Amino acid sequence: MSKKTEPRYAMVVDTKLCVACKACVLACKSENDVPDGFCRDWLVEETRGVFPDLRAENRSERCNHCAHPPCVHACPTGASHVNEGGTVLVTHHKCTGCKACIGACPYDSRFVHPDGYVDKCTFCLHRVQRGKEPACVEVCPTFCLHFGDLNDPDSEVSKLLRTRKHKVLHPETGCEPNVYFLEGGPR
Amino acid sequence: MSGLTRRQFIQIGGAAAGTAAVGAGLTTNWFGADPDVVHDPGTEGDRVVPTFCELCFWKCGVLAHVKDGRVTKLTGNPAHPLSRGRLCPRGTGGIGLLYDPDRLKKPLIRKSKGGDQVFREVEWDAALDHVAENLLKIKDKYGPEAMALYSHGYGGSWFKHLLKAYGSGNIAAPSYAQCRGPREVGFQLTFGSGVGSPETTDMEHSRVITLIGSHLGENMHNTQVQDLARALDRGAELVVVDPRFSIAAGKARYWLPIKPGTDIALLLAWMHVIVNEGLYDHDYLARYAVGLDKLKESLKDRTPEWAFARTTIPPETIVETARFIAGAGPASLVHPGRHVTWYGDDTQRSRAIALLNALLGAWGRKGGFTLPSKVDLPSYPYTKYAHKPKAPPDMPKDTLYPLADSTLASGLCMASIPGTAAYDIKGWIVYGTNLIQSLPAPEQTMKAIQSLDFMVAVDVLPAEICGFADVVLPESTYLERCDEVHTPPYKEPFVAVRQPVVDPLYDSKPGWWIARELAHRIGLNDYFPWKDSVEYAMHRVKAGGFDCDELRLSGVALGKPTPVYIEDGLDPAFDTPSGKIELYSDTLEQAGFDPVPQYEPPEEPPPGQFRLLFGRSPAHTFGRTTNNRFLSEVVDGNEVWLNARVATEMGLKDGTNVVLINQDGVRSEPVPLKATQRIRPDCVYMVHGYGHDAKGLKFAKGRGASDSRLVTRYKVDPIMGGTGMNVNFVRVERWAS
Amino acid sequence: MNQPTIEVLHGRHNHLIDPALHIWGWEIPVYLFLGGVVAGLLILSAALELVRGRKDASLPMRTAPFVALVLLSLGMVALFLDLEHKLYTFRFYLAFEPTSPMSWGSWILVLVYPVAFLLGMGSVPQETRVRLIGYPPFQKLKVSSWLMCVFGRADSLRRPLLWASVVSGAALGIYTGILLGALSARPQWDTAILGPLFLTSGLSTGAAFLLLLPLDDGERHKLVRWDLLAIGAELLLIAIMLIGFAAGDRAGQIALTNLTTGNWGGAFWVLVVLLGLGVPLVMDLLEVRRRLAPVFLAPLFVLIGGLSLRFIMLASGQASSFRMIQ
Repeated sequence: MSKKTEPRYAMVVDTKLCVACKACVLACKSENDVPDGFCRDWLVEETRGVFPDLRAENRSERCNHCAHPPCVHACPTGASHVNEGGTVLVTHHKCTGCKACIGACPYDSRFVHPDGYVDKCTFCLHRVQRGKEPACVEVCPTFCLHFGDLNDPDSEVSKLLRTRKHKVLHPETGCEPNVYFLEGGPR
Repeated sequence: MSGLTRRQFIQIGGAAAGTAAVGAGLTTNWFGADPDVVHDPGTEGDRVVPTFCELCFWKCGVLAHVKDGRVTKLTGNPAHPLSRGRLCPRGTGGIGLLYDPDRLKKPLIRKSKGGDQVFREVEWDAALDHVAENLLKIKDKYGPEAMALYSHGYGGSWFKHLLKAYGSGNIAAPSYAQCRGPREVGFQLTFGSGVGSPETTDMEHSRVITLIGSHLGENMHNTQVQDLARALDRGAELVVVDPRFSIAAGKARYWLPIKPGTDIALLLAWMHVIVNEGLYDHDYLARYAVGLDKLKESLKDRTPEWAFARTTIPPETIVETARFIAGAGPASLVHPGRHVTWYGDDTQRSRAIALLNALLGAWGRKGGFTLPSKVDLPSYPYTKYAHKPKAPPDMPKDTLYPLADSTLASGLCMASIPGTAAYDIKGWIVYGTNLIQSLPAPEQTMKAIQSLDFMVAVDVLPAEICGFADVVLPESTYLERCDEVHTPPYKEPFVAVRQPVVDPLYDSKPGWWIARELAHRIGLNDYFPWKDSVEYAMHRVKAGGFDCDELRLSGVALGKPTPVYIEDGLDPAFDTPSGKIELYSDTLEQAGFDPVPQYEPPEEPPPGQFRLLFGRSPAHTFGRTTNNRFLSEVVDGNEVWLNARVATEMGLKDGTNVVLINQDGVRSEPVPLKATQRIRPDCVYMVHGYGHDAKGLKFAKGRGASDSRLVTRYKVDPIMGGTGMNVNFVRVERWAS
Repeated sequence: MNQPTIEVLHGRHNHLIDPALHIWGWEIPVYLFLGGVVAGLLILSAALELVRGRKDASLPMRTAPFVALVLLSLGMVALFLDLEHKLYTFRFYLAFEPTSPMSWGSWILVLVYPVAFLLGMGSVPQETRVRLIGYPPFQKLKVSSWLMCVFGRADSLRRPLLWASVVSGAALGIYTGILLGALSARPQWDTAILGPLFLTSGLSTGAAFLLLLPLDDGERHKLVRWDLLAIGAELLLIAIMLIGFAAGDRAGQIALTNLTTGNWGGAFWVLVVLLGLGVPLVMDLLEVRRRLAPVFLAPLFVLIGGLSLRFIMLASGQASSFRMIQ
């Protein structure tokens, strides 16, 4: 029996479908009990052009769970770490709140939880480990969020990235994000 | 509850939770003694209660997670056809309503205190006695029909029943004459039935979807948005007609930034092209429709060039889009919209949309409109209503909106001003609708209220309307009560139950209880024979042949599916005088209206003024959720959209606080300006529902500006009495603090 | 008029993160500045002895290591104040993360304390030692025997200690720069120059700190010359940094604009370059050529410049973001 390869979790966001309704933000907030005034995922709505020649893109964004996570590298205590499937997590009781990881994140995905530790998107690993999808993916009324294992060639995310044109945010940071954004049209 | 979890199982990596992951220093884990942690936020419920949502009126199935007696989260019920396991932002946000600290907590009675009027908290008995006494008084003095009920929300059924038992048929909701009414009438005139709610649109299978001012995605009806997304994912194309670059426009193949108020001209020109080029569904029309020749005749001069002069849409674009739309028929849907009371010509515009759909052969076809059935549940047996109520006085004296098929909320309001209608309304029960914001011309509403003998408001939150009531009764939220069973016509017929998730907070009571208690006090016991609403609902469910226990566990049960498309062997019936699709309406002609829609030019905004348009935010339902702190985490106010070039010319910067002043000199609250490329230069746009001034809405008060306040003028649809509200013009001024 | 535009609606309003990062306040620049001064004190006082041999030093020079300890402790108080979860401070010392400058820093601090302490103890004059050891309470509490042991070690290890002081001082100085320099997510900090820049700034501010005190002529003579070298090196490093930004991509342009013509341009040119480096450079040169009597002004300017450099780099760095690149 061959050993199963370690999964590589990724999220794929179809910007063609997203309507920027923010259901993902609220589902995350209630699932993860995110304190008032903070969010772990958020919407960016971009409009380019001049009336009436306009183009729009909506993106549900969150921590990119980078393959090269500068936040983990910056953490002096090992609180920020890479967990199952490449998920970047913070162990609350190891975090001093020094905020080096926040400064290190080019995507500003982290914030200081009022309880003093640094908080961020967890890909809902606590759900994933129970066989559920992340809360944002589960709730999305446009089916624009997909979660899965990129090391599994048959996973939905693998298939989408094989067949559709996509990008990551600010590839120039070299962090190699694991959140991908599908753009209109095939690859 | 394995049936309630998701479809797709995600493979979990070989190792269990808390794996010491690659890359993290061994020292930090002390060789496993101090492992990394996957924190569980602990919001999964000990109990999961299925029910359905009431944050808007779509009624999606939700699963309420309860932990230690508190609702921790609401998720979509995968078994429910309207949510399919997914929710819009509001669906998740029900906790923000349940735990809103500003909720009405005790019954209130208006009292005089040293010349001032104040509300005094009283016990339920005192409040109910007082309401009952006034109900009897009004019945004695003026007859039962002097009592009117405005109801918006699913718990309103108990009060409708109460009012009918009492002897009045004057029951209205702003969702008709202030919202969907013209659409229903326009489609009934054409196909013999309306599109209802949930709409019978079959977007999921459409190849081309045309939106006329409908901003789906911002107007967030869960299943519709799901269907739209499914369609887009499958490669369907959008044609969006909107003065504003809406979210939907951002996804469209064609965005036509039409001049507001000229949609009929565009629709006629489209039909002109389709008819002239023979692009319509010949067989379909031959079989199911009458009046094609007369329609053709009346479209003769409605050329794209003619429409260009009115709509500002170039003729070649009109021709191109007409061919594009027609090319996808019958899976080409021209969406009928939902809130359609815009210009007073709304029934005719809706009819033009219906006609276009008829030409495409979309009615009753896959990718067009379904012809759904519903689960029929026998009603709970109770005493027949004693007498037929008098016809509503919802039209001014000597005026008739001949094709109105539902009572006009605005009309009942007018009838409360003595002498304006066939008879006077003297008392109001207002259930869950903030008439100050939901009816146009709020000054007029307040004037009507002044003439009433008595008014009682039943609500969850102290909205503005409550401040005008003599008695305010605090109702429990949808998460604390059981209501009527939900069995709408839908392509998958179903039965859904609303059940109490937690006990009512404070001294609030469910609507069924309030209505029954009132009934008991005015001698209408026989009409409310059920023990409670759960017993009522379960009786109906059981009578319909469903398993009560199972239904309470799953929240929903599917009925027997029936074919919903002609393709599937359905034989469509058209409930029109001719029994066919009426492309030319004798009904309209006999009533003195255009049998085929004609274009009337809208009034132009005077120089320096802009047409005021309003719409929806996906995170809110009108003004009723703007106090919801949880939802406000994502949207906590509105702004005024103004074309960026115009703003620059006026010296106004994005984000500047401005006030709007309408043609009657009414000023808005200060509101931030959104200077944007996303709107035409001749109109401004804002999200409806903000600008509350009720003190009790501690969070919403003073946030954003109210469009309703600026709608001092409205244009009545002569066919059915709808109130067209996009007929106000405003100046934009920098706010001087 | 109709320039192509881009409108971005950013639906995130996280405290300390939006609209621009502002996770760090005054505490961090103060800490970085004090760390720099301490690095300068340790390197300079040790280097002076290495160059001049162990002869009678002035009081300020002899006590410099202890002063360094006080300043470092003040800096660490500032750092501690910045922590969001102060009770977990011990976590720094349950881990060593080789990729984290902050982890290096916390361990370097552990190294600096004993080195500075022993260095200072070795400089305590004989008569003071005798008095301390003879102090009755110390004798009672057995502190005296410990002191004797410490003095003995400090003397026997003097030369290794001097080198340890130079090395740990350099490590500390460089680390204060790398702390920001490693956060390449901020275009402003994304330069390897920050390490050497903060080290040289530490040297010149350390020298300036000493020059404010009554030194003897020989010490003063050397320090002014070293200060000159440090300032010269600093100016060179700043130039290289700016050229590096200018030669860079969009992120580099953001960083360049920030410092030269943007929000921080004025403060940077006036406080850091002109007042903190240019003017002291000229004054030091004049002093070296015996045209100008020693004044307090030059060292004061250097200190102001050094503190400003930390504040400006911290603030402009937090405000610079890849978000600015559309």
